[in-house]
Amino acid sequence: MFPKGTKRKFSDPGEEPASSGDHAPPSSAVARTLSSSYSLQRQSLLDMSLIKLQLCHMLVEPNLCRSVLIANTVRQIQEEMTQDGTWQIMTQALAAAQCPPDRLVATEVLCRQADAAAQSPKPPSVAGLEEGYSSEEVVMEGDVETEVTMSTLSAAPPQLSSASYLAGPFVMGPCWQEEEEDGECEEDEEDSEECVSEGEEGDQDPLSADSRTGEQVFGTFEIKHPAPPPDPVLDELFSDVDPSYYDLDTVLTGMQSAPKMGPYDLLESLSSHGPTALSSSASCRSDLNELDHIMEIIVGS
Amino acid sequence: MGEDVESTKINHTFLRDYVTEADVISTVEFNQTGDLLATGDKGGRVVIFQREIEPKWDSEEVGEMGDSGEYNVYSTFQSHEPDFDYLKSLEIEEKINKIRWLPQQNAAHFLLSTNDKTIKLWKVSERDKRPEGYNLKDNEGRLKDVSTITSLQVPVLKHTDLMVEVRPRRVFSNGHTYHVNSISVNSDGETYLSADDLRINMWHLGITDRSFNIVDIKPANMEDLTEVITAAEFHPHHCHLFVYSSSKGTLRLCDMRASALCDQHTKLFEEPEDPGSRSFFSEIISSVSDVKFSHNGRYLLTRDYLTAKVWDLNMDKGPVETYQVHEYLRSKLCSLYENDCIFDKFECVWNSSDSVIMTGAYNSFFRMFDRETGRGVTLEAWRESSKPRAVLRTRRVYTGGKRRRGDVGVDSLDFTKKILHMAWHPSENIIAIAATNNLYIFQDRVRPELQTQ
Repeated sequence: MFPKGTKRKFSDPGEEPASSGDHAPPSSAVARTLSSSYSLQRQSLLDMSLIKLQLCHMLVEPNLCRSVLIANTVRQIQEEMTQDGTWQIMTQALAAAQCPPDRLVATEVLCRQADAAAQSPKPPSVAGLEEGYSSEEVVMEGDVETEVTMSTLSAAPPQLSSASYLAGPFVMGPCWQEEEEDGECEEDEEDSEECVSEGEEGDQDPLSADSRTGEQVFGTFEIKHPAPPPDPVLDELFSDVDPSYYDLDTVLTGMQSAPKMGPYDLLESLSSHGPTALSSSASCRSDLNELDHIMEIIVGS
Repeated sequence: MGEDVESTKINHTFLRDYVTEADVISTVEFNQTGDLLATGDKGGRVVIFQREIEPKWDSEEVGEMGDSGEYNVYSTFQSHEPDFDYLKSLEIEEKINKIRWLPQQNAAHFLLSTNDKTIKLWKVSERDKRPEGYNLKDNEGRLKDVSTITSLQVPVLKHTDLMVEVRPRRVFSNGHTYHVNSISVNSDGETYLSADDLRINMWHLGITDRSFNIVDIKPANMEDLTEVITAAEFHPHHCHLFVYSSSKGTLRLCDMRASALCDQHTKLFEEPEDPGSRSFFSEIISSVSDVKFSHNGRYLLTRDYLTAKVWDLNMDKGPVETYQVHEYLRSKLCSLYENDCIFDKFECVWNSSDSVIMTGAYNSFFRMFDRETGRGVTLEAWRESSKPRAVLRTRRVYTGGKRRRGDVGVDSLDFTKKILHMAWHPSENIIAIAATNNLYIFQDRVRPELQTQ
């Protein structure tokens, strides 16, 4: 049983010395232990919430109140993790596997790299939009693409969805705005809705490292549209996951929506994958229709 | 004092844990006189109980008044059937979410029952006479041979066994896109409201093809949805006032005279959050599961996950009274979130004089709070521990200190036995408690009648 949810700030010796004021640990190690258990607790709560949103009853309309409350909880956790800089730690861990440790890389660049890494698994993880409400509700920082990671078939392992989700919004949110400011963003405008950049740390280092990593940035964006190449970061993240999920055809066969849905950018972003894969999913036509209907519920038509 | 829906003398202990899902009671409601008690279940059935009137000379105890009879089954009917929404390819449950009686205007009784989508008006009427002595037909309805008729007779009404007829008089459909959670009859006797997660409609009891939308909190972009409507009720006296509660713990009092669409509240009741007790579950446990006006119309009673609160209509800064229903669950919120119990919607009720409030809890426990003393008592609705006419003894959940015999530990609570639905007789101390598929009716024998104001 977890202890009562007392809010503890993440205190790292190198960052935010003031924020750990109310706990004043004798040593930073103690602080890290305390906060790591809190982080674990928070993490598991996040995972649990994501699973709850995804498991749904196909036959009966899901309870809207419950879904809203769970989605708000997820949003709250994500906001807190963004403020604590925990997402930053995660992206650093992701990047560390890829980059030599002695290389100074700007935070937002790390974001972009992890962003790209997160983007690639997104299409594979979209196995179905079963619960229309959940897919729209778990939009963090106004980023529509997170819906994609949220929606998985029940067959998909929860770890995949939660891990990809973690990589997604925590990275996409604050970094998206950064990329947009660059003007180098090749994404659709509608993919980056109002995005509150709460990760202030990410904004501190300006685009100084851009010149060095611009190639990487462009490179990562190109990954988005064609089939994703093998990615070492991905492999590390999802090493225990059945690689067939990366197969776009497999995924889109399970995916139930047709790309004609306007309000859903995730579908638009997948439309480039759409035609070829969907043509092979004629057997899922009834599922597609079902999802159409669920989509209409979300849209409220 | 305990009474089962299906009365039986057979020992059903070994079947105790096997509950047909369809038999789970989902709503309980007394009518305005308290003579009739209606229950709705998950299978779409409505069972109406009627109070038996005891002749006064049968009571042997000096202090006992008449009219303290038991409730027996009066009528059973299938209110809603499982349905299928072809447009959305989704099933519509037949579970009865709410029943509300209309004030009686003639010999017949009317009630509204609703499932997730459709509200129905039912007429419950008695027939205990039938005409006999037709000229052209015999008593079984067969046509007589005309040549055998030698004289004319006037049919007379003869007494027969009581027959209760229930007929649907109105069906109010296609008014709601989301799940209906509340219905409330207006004091004007002509209209009623129905509330779903995002909208509240007002209907005229006589018109089924139109309803008036009075509240709409659906955002333009569903992705921005963070709050839903959880309950709504009309004021008992003022036909222009109604209140609705939200999943964020707010109450909104609306005046229909102010504007046609009451998205702007007249009053917003909200308790400022205690920053010290904030956790990830703060919002979920603040969600109001039920709201009820007091009989005098001056107070509101709300139930959230851990507390029951009384609000003064004239003060919107916070509740005037807060009662801890099961504070010992605060440290268990994470497990309760995991098993979804944190989303359970408990109802709450006032007694006839608005001096006592009652609400349900887990382990077949329910709680009563005396508003004058502020004290609460825990009672149990469980077949094993209550025999008919036995006195309910109070229970206690052990939360520390000296442990008494009979105390139940927090970890031994059965979270599958939840008391969500209940009703209090409008003028007497008689309560109806729904415990899964059983209905318990408890009466206060010491003071069966309370002076009403």
